[in-house]
Amino acid sequence: MALILVLAAMMPNVSAEYADVVLNRLSDANDVRPVIFPHWFHRIRFRCKVCHQELGFEMRAGANEIDMGKIIDGQYCGMCHNGQIAWSVDECHLCHSGKPGLQTGIRGSNQTGGPGRW
Amino acid sequence: MKFKHILHILPLSLSFALLAAEPSWKALAEDGLHDPTSPAIGVLQEPATALSLLPPDTTGNKVSWIRALREHYIEPRTNILPETKIEVLDMDIIMDKTGELPLVKFPHKPHTEWLDCNNCHDKIFIEKVDANPINMFAILSGEYCGQCHGAVAFPLTECNRCHSVARSTFTGKPGVQPKPASN
Repeated sequence: MALILVLAAMMPNVSAEYADVVLNRLSDANDVRPVIFPHWFHRIRFRCKVCHQELGFEMRAGANEIDMGKIIDGQYCGMCHNGQIAWSVDECHLCHSGKPGLQTGIRGSNQTGGPGRW
Repeated sequence: MKFKHILHILPLSLSFALLAAEPSWKALAEDGLHDPTSPAIGVLQEPATALSLLPPDTTGNKVSWIRALREHYIEPRTNILPETKIEVLDMDIIMDKTGELPLVKFPHKPHTEWLDCNNCHDKIFIEKVDANPINMFAILSGEYCGQCHGAVAFPLTECNRCHSVARSTFTGKPGVQPKPASN
């Protein structure tokens, strides 16, 4: 076990960046690429509480029933992705940039932690 | 050791040495998540472009986010809504039910610099000392501290960052600490 942990720690770039989130509840079914949400990019610009308190994102990948209607209404991502704070929903491909078929979930991190679910 | 054995070991040790020497971040097109044919590649910021400028850490995405914030490498917004109340609490909690491991010091300050009180209280932690049956099995399953640590905050391989207070030298009382420490 210790050896596995050590090896896991020594391989920093096996896949995604730490805490990237794949959102694919609806994307594949609607013929668009899944969304890749990079925590690293957002936390440089916003503290956790902005999204997880003000915007109401539950801290569990897959727990938020986000759809484009809500985003266009200014909820969830739409609070910033409105063409004012960040790019608007017209730029579909900038968020929907994942490989088709990816499973929803948090990546790049929980592999090091044990039998967790995140 | 025979020469051919050295040849077997050499590439492996070299790659470990390289990994240890310089933190590197995978390009988006090679991270296994982004579609390399997506028009977003080349437009989205690459992790290395941003993260290589921030103070380093040995784990997670190789950035000390606490230092990045404290030392003003980054100035992330605290709120979007003007009416949101911003609270930073400087209060340490010592937890002593840690078996033979060092005691856990939970510092509210670095947590509340990033998070709102409501993010943890009372959804994840009841706001009362000893009211939460925290244990490593639950944490490793993504509950309590494990909701962030191991997912987005430093991972659970870093035992001594939380188990940081030696039993032999701690003379105070567990629970809320009277004098806030500097971190």
